[in-house]
Amino acid sequence: MSTDPASPLIRIRGLSKGYRRGDQVIPVLLDLDMDVAAGEFVALMGPSGSGKSTLLNLIAGIDKPSSGTIEIGGVDIAELSEGELADWRAANVGFVFQFYNLLPVLSAQDNVELPLLLTGLSSRQRAERARLVLGLVGLADRADHYPNELSGGQQQRVAIARALVSDPLLIVADEPTGDLDRVTGEEILGLLEQLVVEMGKTIVMVTHDPKAAARARRLVHLEKGVLVDEVGA
Amino acid sequence: MFLLRLLLKNAFRHKLRTGLTLIGLVVAICAFGLLRTIVDAWYAGVEASSSTRLVTRSSISLTFQLPLNYAQRIRAVEGVRAISWANWFGGVYITERNFFPQFAIDPASYLALYPEYLIADAEKLAFFRDRQGAVVGRGLAKKFGWQIGDPIPLRGTIYPGTWTFNLRAIYDGVDAKTDENQMFVHWSFINESLRQSARRRADAVGVYIVGIDEPNNAALISQRIDALFANSLAETLSETEKAFQLSFVSMSEAILVAIQAVSFIIVVIIMAVMANTMTMTARERLAEYATLKALGFPPAFVVGLLYGESLLIAGIGGVLGVAATLPLSAAFARATGTLFPVFQVSPLTMSLQLLAAAIVGIVAAAWPAWRMSRIDIVDGLRHVA
Ligand SMILES: Nc1ncnc2c1ncn2[C@@H]1O[C@H](COP(=O)(O)OP(=O)(O)OP(=O)(O)O)[C@@H](O)[C@H]1O
Ligand SMILES: [Mg+2]
Repeated sequence: MSTDPASPLIRIRGLSKGYRRGDQVIPVLLDLDMDVAAGEFVALMGPSGSGKSTLLNLIAGIDKPSSGTIEIGGVDIAELSEGELADWRAANVGFVFQFYNLLPVLSAQDNVELPLLLTGLSSRQRAERARLVLGLVGLADRADHYPNELSGGQQQRVAIARALVSDPLLIVADEPTGDLDRVTGEEILGLLEQLVVEMGKTIVMVTHDPKAAARARRLVHLEKGVLVDEVGA
Repeated sequence: MFLLRLLLKNAFRHKLRTGLTLIGLVVAICAFGLLRTIVDAWYAGVEASSSTRLVTRSSISLTFQLPLNYAQRIRAVEGVRAISWANWFGGVYITERNFFPQFAIDPASYLALYPEYLIADAEKLAFFRDRQGAVVGRGLAKKFGWQIGDPIPLRGTIYPGTWTFNLRAIYDGVDAKTDENQMFVHWSFINESLRQSARRRADAVGVYIVGIDEPNNAALISQRIDALFANSLAETLSETEKAFQLSFVSMSEAILVAIQAVSFIIVVIIMAVMANTMTMTARERLAEYATLKALGFPPAFVVGLLYGESLLIAGIGGVLGVAATLPLSAAFARATGTLFPVFQVSPLTMSLQLLAAAIVGIVAAAWPAWRMSRIDIVDGLRHVA
């Protein structure tokens, strides 16, 4: 590992998460510790229901832990209020979803521009930036297309462009290739790899596919809410 | 710009659904405006009436007449500036369906009390000179295609026989509130004929119109006039012209209240319909709103999107509804003939229509906006596919 382990980008300590169902609490994550250094590409694997998405959502700041700390870039996001957390996500996290989650009424260009509405950029600056990032994911010629006019792979590229456009530290991806065929999935993974290698992004990715996991620099296995082993790739 | 584009595209994402909602809105806003206009039209006669005029009539009932010689005595009452009189003629022009009010008047004194009827000097003179002459409002002349010089035959109901009047003058109302659907003929012409055929009915007056100098003294002057004839064979009831008009309107007060209630009920119904549409819309977009929140947009943004979309649709429906009200009310006015002398969609009604549309938009978005602002991001994201 190239980064200083004393100051990882993500530092998780004693993280627990349970869901309340009636009287009983169903534990999902149990007293979990984990560090992710800046510039790492981490694949989270594990059986269905093991808590991968839950952990990712906690890291991304869209869910709240039952206990424990999640320090990201020195900020314990478990302590932030809803509003602070929203601002923090806008500035620090890029999202890539299994089903892309693009707004169907917006063109590729507008979808990518969307997160920039939360910045102080002028509309011209926003448009320019979005165009630039769309070029980066190889879709410069599809800027005017709507999601339903794009293939799954192309939609995922647009989603990656949207995740990149505000230049976040961290990109979280929940099964980004889960809805794509093998070849297209490979392309998307290649693109994610490129973000890490060329742009120094940190990516935490949940995947079921061992081949996909192999593209990551580091593999983390989750089993019934605990990390069972870590394999450096 | 970006947001407006997003709102517009969201609003017309389901063209059929939005189209049907819009049709409902247009119909509701239009009906609301039309019903209000009907109520307005009902009261228009009252609003047009002057508070410097009193109406003196028989205290028993309008169908009882007063002696002509009251004119001199009323004129002498302190505060009275002018006096004139009118009888309801009640003739039928060709068929009952052509109903319009006709009054037998004392031309010079009557028209002097009604400056709101504008008549060219030459025509006025021609009317004064021809005892068989008639003045009609511009609206009536247009409706029946009458020209100056045309004979107008009326079949008498109160005054038997067929009466033919010569159209000598056409008056214009000084403003939109003035009734342009009346006809005036010479009282003396009718009276002359009565003297020959029915002496006992001659020299009688339906109502006296009393011009007063000071509107604030209306009550006092009314009392003085009525006191004058107290304990006589024909006691009088004097009141302002406005109160006189209202006494007609109040007979139908219950109907007016019902019409007004219906106009509001229509708005409430469309509110419910639109709220249902917006709730469905919001539920379908749960994952989109969750995505927006994940990207860091605050709940207020989602609320804004829903309100914006709802108001946009309501606004379009409101404007189209107002636009549709104008030709529709014109058609309605044509269809009802002279039943409503003044039938105009007032600026107030149009503003209320737009306000109603806006309220519909706001209320319709309230529940879905509240729900969507509170959705849990993780739950919402699960709704994909
Ligand atoms: N809102 C919830 N209420 C109750 N239990 C929940 C809730 N969300 C998740 N769980 C439970 O938490 C556990 C972990 O869910 P999670 O979605 O993190 O699993 P996962 O590892 O991502 O699985 P998969 O690979 O199938 O996506 C599951 O047992 C699930 O039933
Ligand atoms: Mg999952």
